[in-house]
Order: sequence, then C-alpha cells, then structure tokens
Amino acid sequence: MKAPPRAHPLWLAFVLHRVSGLALALFLPVHFWILAKAVTAPGELNSFLQLTEQPLVKLAEFGLVFLLAVHLFGGLRLLALEWLPWSDAQKTLAAGAVGVAVLVSGTFFLNAI
Amino acid sequence: MSVEDGKLTVEVWRGAGGLGRFETFEVPRQESQTVLDVVSWIQQYADPTLTYRYACRVGMCGSCAMMVNGVPRWTCRTHVGKVATGDSLTVEPLRNLPVIKDLAADMDPFFDKWVQAEAVHHPSETRHDPMRAVDADSSARQQANAGIECINCAVCYAACDTVSGNPDYLGPAALQRAWTLYNDEREADPEAILDAVSGVGGCHNCHSMGSCAQYCPNELNPLAAIAGLKRETAKRVFRRRKNA
Ligand code: HEM
Ligand code: SF4
Ligand code: SF4
Ligand code: FES
Repeated sequence: MKAPPRAHPLWLAFVLHRVSGLALALFLPVHFWILAKAVTAPGELNSFLQLTEQPLVKLAEFGLVFLLAVHLFGGLRLLALEWLPWSDAQKTLAAGAVGVAVLVSGTFFLNAI
Repeated sequence: MSVEDGKLTVEVWRGAGGLGRFETFEVPRQESQTVLDVVSWIQQYADPTLTYRYACRVGMCGSCAMMVNGVPRWTCRTHVGKVATGDSLTVEPLRNLPVIKDLAADMDPFFDKWVQAEAVHHPSETRHDPMRAVDADSSARQQANAGIECINCAVCYAACDTVSGNPDYLGPAALQRAWTLYNDEREADPEAILDAVSGVGGCHNCHSMGSCAQYCPNELNPLAAIAGLKRETAKRVFRRRKNA
C-alpha cells in the first residue's frame, strides 16, 4: 500500500537526519584512517593533502561539513523537541532565535578567518 | 461542472486478507458529499456485498477511517470536494493493519497494543469512595487533557512509518493514551505504565517524524505525548540509580 504524502517539515527533517547520519557513519572511518596517517605514514598524508587542493575534493569537504552541521543541528532539534516540554509557539521562537544567532555568529566567524 | 449532474469515478479496494484488486464505480456527485456517503452509495445502489465500517457519521466513534487517495482520513467528515483529484477518488482500507474484507481493516492489533501499553485505567478508589476533585489547572491535568479527545480511529497508526517498519511498535494512539493516564491523578499505577511503554516496541522507537500529528483528524499531537513518555522513562532510570 502506498504511504501517505510525507512532505511535511518533521518528516523531511527525519529523512535529512537519517541520510546525514548514515553518510557520516560511512565517511568518518575513512576520515580517521587518513588522519591516522599523520602518525603512521606522514608521506602518504602529504600526497593526499595535495589532492585536497582540487575543486572536486574541496566540494566533497564542504559536503562533509554540511552533513555534520545538518546532523548536529538536527540532533539538537530532536533533543529540544523531546526533552523540553515547551509549547509549540515557544519552540518556534527558540528555533528562530537559534537560527538568527547562528547566522550572525557565522558571519562574524567567516569574517574572522 | 455543477455538482448535481457530475459523476465521480471511484476506485475501491476489493478483497479479503492480503489478496485483492481495485474495482471502479461511477457514483453521482452531490452537494456536501462525504467520502463515507460515496462508499455507502456504492454499497446501497451498486454492490451490496461491499464491506466497510461506520457508526456515528459525525466524527465521534472512530470506526470509519480509510485511505482516501493514499491519505488516512475519517471518511464521515471528509468532503469529496476537498480531496477528490478532479472527478476521481481512490478508497482503500487503513494502512498498517490486516484487511478483513474490502474496506474493513482488522483493528485487533491496534487495540491489543492499547492493552500492551497499559493504556487502561488502574483505579485508585472504588465506587464507594467519594469522588476525588480533579485540579483542572494542574500541569499534569493539562497534559492529560491534550490527548483526551482521541476517538481511536487509527488514522495516526496508518500514517506512522515506524509502525510499518516495526510490527511490535505500540504506535502513536496507544502511547498517547498511556501518557494521558500516566498524568491522571486518579491513576493508581503510573509505574506499570512506564514499564509497559519502555520495552521493545515502546516509546523510544518513535523517530519524531510527526506524521501522527499531521494526519490526526482531531488535531491531537501524539508526538508530544510520546516525547513526554520518553522524558519520564529516561528520568526514571536516573531516579533508580540514585535510589539503588
Ligand atoms: C555531532 C553531534 C551529534 C548529535 C547531536 C547527534 C544526534 C542524534 C540524535 C538525537 C539521533 C536520534 C534520531 C532519531 O531518533 O531518529 C541521531 C541518530 C543518528 N546519528 Fe547522530 N548525532 C551526532 C553525531 C553523529 C555522528 C558523528 C554520526 C556518524 C557516525 C551519527 C550517526 C547517526 C545515525 C546513523 C543515526 C540514526 C538515524 C536515524 O535513526 O534516523 N551521528 N543522532
Ligand atoms: S512521531 Fe512517532 S508515533 Fe508519530 S508518526 Fe512519527 S514515529 Fe510514528
Ligand atoms: S490520536 Fe488522533 S488519529 Fe490517532 S487514533 Fe486518536 S483521534 Fe485517531
Ligand atoms: S462514522 Fe464515526 S467517526 Fe466516522
């Protein structure tokens, strides 16, 4: 049987969280394996780091940071949703406040680096 | 097209158990026609063997829920004009439940889970005791009130993807009722409720995807009730540690 339409915000947030979680789980072992080369095989790490200058790899790096950010904030969202017995209006306000704060501090952060 | 002389093409699921197919009926369009009116018209004028279920026709009893164009709905209060795509309508039995025949889903697993969730009142007094005054303003009472209008229609149960993925999951309605009773000051055994909802198919299976709240015809929010159970069951773990 066909499932009902799921294009409502909480369901989309769930899918985003699951996809980003799974992608992180696939990627992180590789990430740590490469980093470990700093200790075990510095030469190999260096040649890999040269690779990271390429645009495609840069894009992939952006993807990773994006996944982590999405999953981190998605996780915080869930924790707030389930652990803080606030009214829906309070949650909307809080989410809005966090959004604005991230935007403002993010701009400062990007300016700083 | 004026509503009176229009026709509706209705695809209706026919079959028993897991087997079946769609059958097409032409139904005259009427003013303020509900999906239940359409189904009743088919049974009365086209095919008397069509099986479906309803009782109150006014959104009280919770027996008429079906999948309408793929969405779980209370058919007695769903107007055709609001849900038909053009002149066509698809009606199927509720998702996530076995089918008895045609549009009648087997509600047994749904109600069995209410009992499994201890979503049954454990009386703290007998009929011979004086009635206890309930403080309508207490926060526990407000938590209970939020879920009290549930009509057991299983729309949320049909909407929930966690139920489709895990046949043991107690589901939104049973868990919401458990939360309502847990917050009832007349409840004698709230710990039994927490025990029942923290097991394998319990509240922690819920992924907060909110389809239950999205589709509940009474605009209840089982997701919030389940979050309440998650908090209380988790807090209890720490309480127990402290007391151990
Ligand atoms: C950065 C901090 C993180 C936070 C705050 C966080 C939070 C959460 C939360 C609350 C859930 C439960 C979601 C649910 O009930 O559906 C979850 C699920 C999950 N997380 Fe994370 N997480 C974090 C990092 C990670 C990392 C690094 C990985 C990868 C190894 C990961 C992989 C997953 C996976 C695969 C799931 C299951 C998704 C699902 O059930 O839909 N998480 N996370
Ligand atoms: S919030 Fe929980 S109970 Fe409601 S549809 Fe999602 S998984 Fe099911
Ligand atoms: S919570 Fe809503 S959708 Fe679920 S059984 Fe009760 S009334 Fe129906
Ligand atoms: S027939 Fe009673 S709720 Fe629809």
